[in-house]
Amino acid sequence: MALQSLDILRRSASPTPTPQARNPQEVAKLIDTTVCIGCKACQVACSEWNELRAEVGSCVGVYDNPTDLSSQAWTVMRFNEVEEKGKLEWLIRKDGCMHCSDPGCLKACPSPGAIVQYKNGIVDFHQENCIGCGYCISGCPFNVPRLSPADSKAYKCNLCSDRVAVGQEPACVKTCPTGAIQFGSKEDMIEVAATRITDLQSRGYDQAGLYDPAGVGGTHVMYVLHHADKPALYSGLPDNPSISAVVGVWKGMLKPLATLGVAAAGLFGFFHYITVGPNRADDEEEADHGTPPLPPAKGTKTKERENAL
Amino acid sequence: MKTTEKLIQRYCAAERINHWIVAVCFVLLAISGLAFFYPAFFWLTGVFGTPQLARIVHPFVGVVMVLAFARQFFRYAHHNLINKEDVKWMMSVKEVMKGNEVGDIGRYNGGQKGMFWVMVLCMILLLVSGVIAWRPYFAGYFPIPVIRIALLVHAASALVLIASIIVHVYAALWVQGTIRAMVEGVVTHAWARKHHPRWFRQVTGKEAGHS
Repeated sequence: MALQSLDILRRSASPTPTPQARNPQEVAKLIDTTVCIGCKACQVACSEWNELRAEVGSCVGVYDNPTDLSSQAWTVMRFNEVEEKGKLEWLIRKDGCMHCSDPGCLKACPSPGAIVQYKNGIVDFHQENCIGCGYCISGCPFNVPRLSPADSKAYKCNLCSDRVAVGQEPACVKTCPTGAIQFGSKEDMIEVAATRITDLQSRGYDQAGLYDPAGVGGTHVMYVLHHADKPALYSGLPDNPSISAVVGVWKGMLKPLATLGVAAAGLFGFFHYITVGPNRADDEEEADHGTPPLPPAKGTKTKERENAL
Repeated sequence: MKTTEKLIQRYCAAERINHWIVAVCFVLLAISGLAFFYPAFFWLTGVFGTPQLARIVHPFVGVVMVLAFARQFFRYAHHNLINKEDVKWMMSVKEVMKGNEVGDIGRYNGGQKGMFWVMVLCMILLLVSGVIAWRPYFAGYFPIPVIRIALLVHAASALVLIASIIVHVYAALWVQGTIRAMVEGVVTHAWARKHHPRWFRQVTGKEAGHS
């Protein structure tokens, strides 16, 4: 739904400026993986607030449940066991939309207004405009959007844009029992993260750091990681995410190139016809019959036009 | 007025129907495809009722086009093998554009043959990439990086095909009497003698063009 109180910075497939007179603060959600206990309260809060009910799955031998994001599960906890410095570590990451500053989904989307980026940084899908092509899935560097099998519309976390619009924090933030998820202005969240990272580094996690990848212009969901040098440890968090170059060419260079090519073909035909004229085969035959009034008439016409000019 | 036109059958009814199935499918696909490619043309999805319907219908129409084109491929592939005369034609395309015939052309000239193979290549690329990107049925079976390449290939080959079809249509308009071959199925003797002399001799059994 369109929220009047949130100005729009970018709108999919819309070449002209969006309404953006107001200047809200950029917001961010900070997920501190070092404090997360994997209780999945955030998953439940998300499903409660957004009225989503993923089908009850089955245990696949790990804690991940549901095992993947879906149109009914906009956030899932991903659990990974790794050995770092001879110690077993259980790395838990709350996965979901990262709300990129440069959103690949929005860049790929062909339907005007199906994806918007609010000025506060939230990237939201307006499903009523979604055509179900799945281009957003290909555009996303984090593999987040999911097509609903029921209605062929794409869904993902919207950072509770409805709550944020009225000054509340996202449902997952509200419910997190350990304070692992925090919400505020992006500036504040970077500051909170910095304090936390200093603390972690002083306690042996030399590589602790903030995950706010520059390749997508920064994100509005950020992680504090114990191993910021190896994001992939956290169930495949990309090291250097950015919009794929293939998507870049498809949505960038190809357009002017195609316009040139198609326009050239059309214009060539037009100018060829009005300069060279049609290629007729019946000239000789008509010459046999001896009455071809066309060529001279054409000649005189050209001359008249020349005189007129 | 001529009362007795000398005509040659160039395309039978089945060939004409086949051609126009491909043509209508192509137009529908181009309309919806351009709408998905250019935001400024998105309104063209309205031709299909709603944008959602355009997106759903597009791939099915594509399958019909490919199937109908496949039938054409088997009809015409053996007529489109490129020979020395065609190379000569292609080298002197400038002269051809002035309206002067070049070489002893058979059923198809070098340009038509080139067009045939461009279309074949585009159709194959469009089919393969289209299936890979087709949601919700097939895309889920492919890794995302593969789908990305498919989307780029699909758009690029579609645009090459659109530009080619513009040339194809223009050539048919420019060489007058050609449209008739695909509408009524016939061409005049003069048309065949001028544009396809070798083919003319083959079908009429006449040696060398008279004058």
